[in-house]
Amino acid sequence: MTEPLLRVDGLRTHFLTRAGTVKAVDGVDLRLDRGEILGLVGESGSGKSVTGQSILGLVDPPGRVVGGRVLFQGEDLVGAGEKRLRAIRGRRIAMIFQDPMMTLNPVLSIGTQMVEAVRAHEKVSRAEAWERSRRALARVGIASPDERLASYPHQFSGGMRQRVAIAIALLHSPDLIIADEPTTALDVTIQAQILFEVQKLCRETGTALIWVTHDLAVVSALADRVAVMYAGRVVETGTVAEIIGNPRHPYTRGLLESVPSRNRRGVPLRSIPGMTPSVLDLPEGCAFRPRCDRSSGACTVMPELTGERENRAWRCWNPVAAEARGDAA
Amino acid sequence: MTAVPIIELDGLTKRFSRKLDVVERFARRLGAAIDDRAVQAVSGVDLSIAEGEVVGLVGESGCGKSTLGRMVAGILPPSAGTLRWRGRDLRELSPADRHHANLKIQMVFQDPMASLNPRLRVADIVGEAPVVHGLVPRRQAEEYVAATLRQVGLDPAYLRRYPHQFSGGQRQRIGIARALAVKPDVLVCDESVAALDVSIQAQIINLFMRLREELSLTYLFISHDLGVVEHISDRTAIMYLGRIVELAPTPELFDKPNHPYAKALLDEAPRVSVEKRRFAPIRGEIPSPLDPPSGCAFHPRCPHAMPRCSAERPALRAIAPRRWSACHLNETTGP
Ligand SMILES: Nc1ncnc2c1ncn2[C@@H]1O[C@H](COP(=O)(O)OP(=O)(O)OP(=O)(O)O)[C@@H](O)[C@H]1O
Ligand SMILES: Nc1ncnc2c1ncn2[C@@H]1O[C@H](COP(=O)(O)OP(=O)(O)OP(=O)(O)O)[C@@H](O)[C@H]1O
Ligand code: SF4
Ligand code: SF4
Ligand SMILES: [Mg+2]
Ligand SMILES: [Mg+2]
Repeated sequence: MTEPLLRVDGLRTHFLTRAGTVKAVDGVDLRLDRGEILGLVGESGSGKSVTGQSILGLVDPPGRVVGGRVLFQGEDLVGAGEKRLRAIRGRRIAMIFQDPMMTLNPVLSIGTQMVEAVRAHEKVSRAEAWERSRRALARVGIASPDERLASYPHQFSGGMRQRVAIAIALLHSPDLIIADEPTTALDVTIQAQILFEVQKLCRETGTALIWVTHDLAVVSALADRVAVMYAGRVVETGTVAEIIGNPRHPYTRGLLESVPSRNRRGVPLRSIPGMTPSVLDLPEGCAFRPRCDRSSGACTVMPELTGERENRAWRCWNPVAAEARGDAA
Repeated sequence: MTAVPIIELDGLTKRFSRKLDVVERFARRLGAAIDDRAVQAVSGVDLSIAEGEVVGLVGESGCGKSTLGRMVAGILPPSAGTLRWRGRDLRELSPADRHHANLKIQMVFQDPMASLNPRLRVADIVGEAPVVHGLVPRRQAEEYVAATLRQVGLDPAYLRRYPHQFSGGQRQRIGIARALAVKPDVLVCDESVAALDVSIQAQIINLFMRLREELSLTYLFISHDLGVVEHISDRTAIMYLGRIVELAPTPELFDKPNHPYAKALLDEAPRVSVEKRRFAPIRGEIPSPLDPPSGCAFHPRCPHAMPRCSAERPALRAIAPRRWSACHLNETTGP
């Protein structure tokens, strides 16, 4: 097996707040090969965004990576200095946020911003940078790019702004893009346009992608593999077919059973009881224990991530049987 | 069906005059001829809802779902058209009857935190309206609130708590309890599960379905989530730019949509499946309601558009029993 593009080992990121230590990320393992799309799913507060920020060294105080490694092409980014990280960000690893205005400057024209983004990492002429920006806009399906480059962000609809932010992420054909719920606020038809462009990009240029979302439907349509997070940890990982077709962790199974379109119309959904836990107040052992219908005495001790292979694993003492497919149709 | 519909909308329309933005105001001061522009948020909607029915309303952002819902709930006056409550034009009711009709239609919002007064305890949030409207004597208010909380699956021990002390799902239950407390016949749910995590969303959907059985409620269920609407509604209406473009029994609509926009929307909505798929998106942007396309509003994006489509607006017509669609194709290619 060759060295993966990205390997995250035992990542832990904590926030030291007055109310206590928020263990936002407390044991995340991921691996990603070139051109691969990984869906990172989980409920609100499970640590998806903090995981993405930790990989890029973008965690703000009082947050801090307190453990683990982020190996990007063999280089550990956790110990890397700010200068090195800045060189990697934008050029080798790009981030797309839920709100495109996190990337865009409202007072500069799109063209100015894109040209600067190109020239921040590469010594090319303005004309060359402009030409690359044009091509990047065309790639995300924006018509008449010259005219668009002269426009300002407020002249664009939300969907177009997000596509511009994505075009900026594509400028340097990065090796890895981390996208944090970039289509959650968009309409279905606009979302489909963006998913289409993203899939095409990964297929054609070998860019790898981590797509952060709480939407299982998007993940199953877009991704090759899935990592499911719960309360700061990866609790299950596998291919889309494995996760959707044969979930082993009770939480993953519960999530799938909660999706309305996987249930017969009008019958009650088999929902997970209880509430999303607060990371400030987690039970001892497996964090899912208070909501789990398979819990046993063993579960007061935190289970390890174990399974068939590195890329097919779950964190559970009493996993759902391999052949039990529920009524996953 | 001969029974009188519980709600009947006839040509319901809402225009907003939109204030100019800073740039436009500035341009006007420099002499540009710009007027305050009118947005036609909802245009001539006809819809009747039978007692006990769940009608889902879907469509993309800005198509007028909330505006329509708020008119139905009586918290936004229509600009034109008629709203009939159990067969009677609301405008012709006596003030007392109209007040009664308005109480019978309650709204449940998307963001429970924004719609609950943060300084009131749950007991008052839920108990105030029924006391004010004389449904319950003040002495019995607490008991009544406790019973209502139990109905939505909340522990009555929470009576003295404030909204911020609850999780998102619990707050949505409080919002539902507040609506139920005045004993409504109809709930207008506007994106009522959109802000919730999948596992919590399922609990609230189940609650809505249980309440429907227990209290014989009628719902107008607004959501951009097709899966949710498919699960819960008997009939589904699809809106595009202020108009209903297709209306049909839910299983038929999801199985075989007629309108090209409905088809595109259903095709593009990602589904949970074991297979990766290739997206083939509809081209173009959703047009602005400030400047709607001529004729059929979908024509700039429609793969089947013909010359007639930009000239003439298709009416919502019956295409089969209980099925309605607004597309010229239904006339050129018979069924
Ligand atoms: N700056 C901060 N200070 C304290 N706690 C924080 C901070 N940022 C995040 N957290 C906490 O870390 C946990 C994980 O947050 P994160 O934003 O990664 O969740 P998420 O999975 O992305 O959720 P969502 O789906 O809501 O975006 C949460 O409990 C959050 O409250
Ligand atoms: N109070 C208002 N003043 C002016 N325009 C308004 C007002 N309320 C709504 N609009 C406009 O009316 C149109 C329809 O809005 P509405 O909120 O009903 O859409 P919606 O379908 O509920 O969208 P969403 O899915 O984003 O909630 C939009 O163009 C909106 O900008
Ligand atoms: S470890 Fe125990 S409590 Fe946790 S998910 Fe598995 S069975 Fe449930
Ligand atoms: S009327 Fe014409 S443009 Fe409109 S949906 Fe039908 S075919 Fe398409
Ligand atoms: Mg997040
Ligand atoms: Mg709305």
